Amino acid sequence: MIDKRLASVREAVADVFDGATVMVGGFGEAGSPIELIHALIDQGATDLVVVSNNTGTGLVGLAALLRAGRVRKVICSFPKTAGSTVFPDLYRAGKVELELVPQGTLAERIRAGGAGIAAFYTPTAAGTPLAEGKEVRSFAGREHVLEHGLRADFTLIKGRVADTHGNVLYHRTARNFAPMMATASGCTIVQAAEVVQAGELDAESIVTPGIFVDRVVHVPQPALESALNEAGASYP
Amino acid sequence: MSAAHGMASPAPATIGWTREGIAERVAQDIPNGSYVNLGIGIPELVARYVPAGRTLVYHTENGLLGMGPSPAPGTGDPELINAGKRRVTMMPGAAFFDQATSFAMIRGGHLDLSVLGALQVGANGDLANWSTGADDAIPAVGGAMDLVAGVKRVFVMTTHVTKEGTPKLVGRCTYPLTGRGVVTRVYSDLAVIDVTPGGFRLVELAPGISFEFVQERTGAPILRDDTRQAGA
Repeated sequence: MIDKRLASVREAVADVFDGATVMVGGFGEAGSPIELIHALIDQGATDLVVVSNNTGTGLVGLAALLRAGRVRKVICSFPKTAGSTVFPDLYRAGKVELELVPQGTLAERIRAGGAGIAAFYTPTAAGTPLAEGKEVRSFAGREHVLEHGLRADFTLIKGRVADTHGNVLYHRTARNFAPMMATASGCTIVQAAEVVQAGELDAESIVTPGIFVDRVVHVPQPALESALNEAGASYP
Repeated sequence: MSAAHGMASPAPATIGWTREGIAERVAQDIPNGSYVNLGIGIPELVARYVPAGRTLVYHTENGLLGMGPSPAPGTGDPELINAGKRRVTMMPGAAFFDQATSFAMIRGGHLDLSVLGALQVGANGDLANWSTGADDAIPAVGGAMDLVAGVKRVFVMTTHVTKEGTPKLVGRCTYPLTGRGVVTRVYSDLAVIDVTPGGFRLVELAPGISFEFVQERTGAPILRDDTRQAGA
């Protein structure tokens, strides 16, 4: 019998080690696995490399992980969303590294990493500062930039519903990076608002097949960054 | 008759097209059935001015095709948002997808049009719209470089000059580039201008604006032939 459920977010992130690369799903607050991120803060792993589209807002979620001093480097496309102050302050103080990647290139690097593709050429960013130092090659008379696949040790994502085999469905634009991130790490951890038995989901509709998922945790009413921020919350 | 009758009339607050006027002018040029990505900010206004009888399908790069307008304040779904992270709605026929699929639509040339803002546009079609290169700026690019690299036509919507009066249409961009040779057409408050192999070429002047007025506020020569004047 296969059952990927764990009883708590605490158990789910217990083995994240210092120096690990961690992919974190979400575009803004949509899809941000806040309970898993907070569990990671409690767990204490540090010197982390975080791969995520944004850097969190207020003093919760990703912003709280950064504020706790656990992140050495962020690989990101847009680290300065309205309401995000923690990352900009740390970056200006030289306390966190940033690898800025165009959003589509970030998605494709993660997809490639998960699909066994070492690197690929893309026209995105050719001729711009983000291509500096990278191999450039011309295809059909157009410059392309060599970008490398990206893999991680752990992935933290949020689903709407998961089954015991780790099949996952998402909620609307909360899907964003999660399906690729699920494929690209050694250990993919899903927090899902609903968890059902294998066989209960429509197999034709599954977005992330269970082979990509290692752990499933039931988080029935996941918090939202905006609601926490409106309440003036900070973590821990 | 205004109460101010007899006093010198104040200078108009704006000349040429307002932001809404630019949006309305852009909307005229988008064919029915187009798949369109509107950049965050002023380009979003275009959706309000699509002529009756035309249906456009809006793409938002965070993973939705068939995006609808904002919901009423205080309503909506915090996980149904646009690329600017604001709540939106979805239209009949909408579809959700992941980021790799979303950028396959962009990079793979499947979108018909992208409308973006600009810091500078070069006469060679270069676009700078993500960074002024200032030392204390937090660099952030999002999907802008992917959009200009992949979408068939890129329209730029912008004021013709900065708040300080500096031209935004220039010979060569001095800010960090978003993409090289990517801009199709510029819609400013003063004029519609194509980017051609020979440089900027005037398409249309805003109401009451002369060619000379536009040229004086442009950092590179503008070619001119058979110019239309809006409203003329």
